[in-house]
Amino acid sequence: MTLWKLKISSLFNRLQSQADLLLISILRILATITGAIVLFIVFFLILEAIPVLQDEGIVPFFTDSSWNPAEGLYNLTPMLLGTLFVTLGSVLIATPLGILSAVFCQYYAPAKIAYFYRRLIELLAGIPSVVYGFWGLVVLVPLINSINPPGTSLLAGIIILTIMILPTIALIADASFAKIPEEYLIGAASLGLSQWGTIVGVVFPAAKSGLFTGVILETGRAIGETMAVLMVCGNVVQIPRSIFDPMRALTANIALEMAYALGNHRSALFVSGLGLMGMIIILVVASEIINEQ
Amino acid sequence: MTLSKGDFDDPGDLDQIFLDLVEIENNQMSNPQTTNNKQQITNNQQQITNNKQPTTKIQTEKLSLYYRAKPAFEDVTMSIATGCITALVGPSGCGKSSFLSCLNRLKDLMPHARVEGSIKLGDLEVLDPKLDVIALRRRVGMIFQKPNPFPLSIWKNIAFPLREHGIKNREEIDSIVETTLQDVGLWDEVKDRLKDSALALSGGQQQRLCIARALALQPEALLMDEPCSALDPISSSIVEDLILSLREKYTVLIVTHNLAQAKRIADYVALFWFQSGSGKLIEFGSGKQVFESPQHSLTEAYINGIRG
Amino acid sequence: MNQQQKTNNKKQTTNNKQLITTSLVWSVPLIITAIFFWILGDIIWHGIGQISWEFLTTATKDAGRSGGIAPIIVSTVLILAVCLTVSIPLGVGTAILLAEFTREENWFGRLVRRSLDVLAGVPSIVFGLFGNALFVRILGFKYSILSGGLTLACMVLPILIRSAEEGLRAVPNDYRFGAACLGICRTSTLWHLLLPAAVPGLLVGLVLGVGRAIAETAALLFTSGYVDHLPTSLLDSGRSLSIHIFDLSMNISGGDPNAYGSALVLIMLLLIINGMAAWITHRWLENRILYR
Repeated sequence: MTLWKLKISSLFNRLQSQADLLLISILRILATITGAIVLFIVFFLILEAIPVLQDEGIVPFFTDSSWNPAEGLYNLTPMLLGTLFVTLGSVLIATPLGILSAVFCQYYAPAKIAYFYRRLIELLAGIPSVVYGFWGLVVLVPLINSINPPGTSLLAGIIILTIMILPTIALIADASFAKIPEEYLIGAASLGLSQWGTIVGVVFPAAKSGLFTGVILETGRAIGETMAVLMVCGNVVQIPRSIFDPMRALTANIALEMAYALGNHRSALFVSGLGLMGMIIILVVASEIINEQ
Repeated sequence: MTLSKGDFDDPGDLDQIFLDLVEIENNQMSNPQTTNNKQQITNNQQQITNNKQPTTKIQTEKLSLYYRAKPAFEDVTMSIATGCITALVGPSGCGKSSFLSCLNRLKDLMPHARVEGSIKLGDLEVLDPKLDVIALRRRVGMIFQKPNPFPLSIWKNIAFPLREHGIKNREEIDSIVETTLQDVGLWDEVKDRLKDSALALSGGQQQRLCIARALALQPEALLMDEPCSALDPISSSIVEDLILSLREKYTVLIVTHNLAQAKRIADYVALFWFQSGSGKLIEFGSGKQVFESPQHSLTEAYINGIRG
Repeated sequence: MNQQQKTNNKKQTTNNKQLITTSLVWSVPLIITAIFFWILGDIIWHGIGQISWEFLTTATKDAGRSGGIAPIIVSTVLILAVCLTVSIPLGVGTAILLAEFTREENWFGRLVRRSLDVLAGVPSIVFGLFGNALFVRILGFKYSILSGGLTLACMVLPILIRSAEEGLRAVPNDYRFGAACLGICRTSTLWHLLLPAAVPGLLVGLVLGVGRAIAETAALLFTSGYVDHLPTSLLDSGRSLSIHIFDLSMNISGGDPNAYGSALVLIMLLLIINGMAAWITHRWLENRILYR
């Protein structure tokens, strides 16, 4: 090692510092693009929604006599209620099932079974929604049809969505149970609480925020799900009066009509997309508030 | 609270010192070494050190470090002598390790850390924000308490940093790998498995590899943060012998909680103490002076407390 | 005597209660497992007869009722390729910035993270609307594989970034400090130490992303389109496997058999991808050593 080499090497070091700066600026650009996608989405939804909002305003979407865009009638209420019912139904069923399934994984199942069951839940989460929809269409709908026609119904939607969102709550509940410190459980056991007593009295309260987050995320998934509800709910624009009635969800409405919608009709579909986006943003903000507390 | 020795000369041409060191090192390398005669060599060196007036390698001036508003240590003024081993001792949490991490600007990586004062490495102001940190860290190596070899092969652990500093020639790398591994006494143990993972080595071997990795870059100073405390007694004594063998060639700063170790190896000892809300340097002097005639009552209590 | 009886009774009720809760807790996974195998079994049962070499390698005929799914597979692969080409650099780059160069409380990092949280929740049909507005109409890519792939890229980014970031954060700080102390610049540290050590996380993200993209239907309906011919360029419309299943089962009477076949192919693909990821991750964890 000579002085000369040392000088060369220090030059080399300076180049490396330059490389670091270059890297950071490239990364900044990439991250800015990524972070801006949400803004882009909102921006383009608004851009496309503006024509009909300018022509009609926001009120007709709730007060028009029906949904008939060809005649300038834009009542979205049946679709909104459809989404509400199918989401509410599936979340009400999936939440207890998912939590129980996580309880099973953490506290009841032998390690091996818990491992395989977890993998199964993950696979269930990975099955494409179109496959769920297809299965619902060819298996579930005929089954419901034999009980109470026509089969394509709110009930079918609720069942399929329940199966679809269950992995979300199950996996999140599982993860938040796993984070509970061992001492809590040992403490409860040393007080002579039964296993179930420990779970209800100690585990659930300790995992509360994780469970809430899970519920919010599954709700978001249910609201946004398109293919399954499109395929099994029948898509009749009406407010369902029983669980056996067909109905149309907001998402299904977009999927059905985008292909041929033009002008204000197309614009109206973007308004409903904007509505969906708004609901999701509210849910995400809610979950972050819960997490921060 | 200035406790510098005051009798250090200002360093001359840094490059010249560096070259001198390299020369010494080259002479050393040609000596076949076993642990026993290494001890002898170091004894000789101790005499040399005592005869020659040491120059200052690193000079800190009113150095303070804050995490957010909370000070880790304050107002440390210290001269670290070239080619000597300086031990930093004192109770936990009095800023010794933080002090080390200022000297190679590692605190840059720690969020909320803010440094005040000045550190001179030769003529170089270490805290200069425009300083080329990469070049600085090459001149000031660091060893951690927990050995931290990279998840690479033994060979690549040493070769990777060399390549990063522009040494691309395979033969040159090979020869540096061999000599540094010999310097740390690891060559005979690993020469047949240089391509094996460094993570498969024992703790003591890993720590020596980390030292070899640092030495391969031929730093001027070596900062060691409790390098022996995570090791078993045998590995610990091997690493301690290794550190002793670095005296003269390198300026070594070592944080240790083991007073006996400090007494065995240190030319100079600095005692840090937690006082009025932050770490302070309360005593600094030669090992002999600090252990035999401490100036500060706390030093005396600390040394005796550990003894008793 | 009476006292003892009371305790016994109490014990009895606790035992009963325990029995009830235990059977309740066990029944849920049994039901879920049963449903899982019902769905899987049904699709395998009806689909396995459809699948043959010919099915995979010939063009669709009669709107998909007969013939194979070769053009569908080609389109799906092309859409995936576009999606990954765009999303991997964006995703990994963002993940590196967030994990390595951004402090926890930095406003930019927080903003990007929050925006990704929202992005992860955006319904796929909304991605479809966005893709239709931006890529299909404004940028003029029409209904094409390019439009579809770009739309999917936006969709898989949050998944990709989250796993990559977790992978990077799981790399011990020892390596970063060690490398910094040796005067190794951050670019090299990243390239030679951190990214290789984070490979499992990156791979998991990649696989989850591919899984999500390959399963996606709604976002592709109005971006990549329905055309079931073999695409000749990225600007051609191409029908993905998922859309093929949807179209056959909803719009084509007599399409069910081939829909079953396609569904089975799709599920097999997903299972293979999942298995591959598990295997690679496992192998990597086993010998987490990187030679030269």
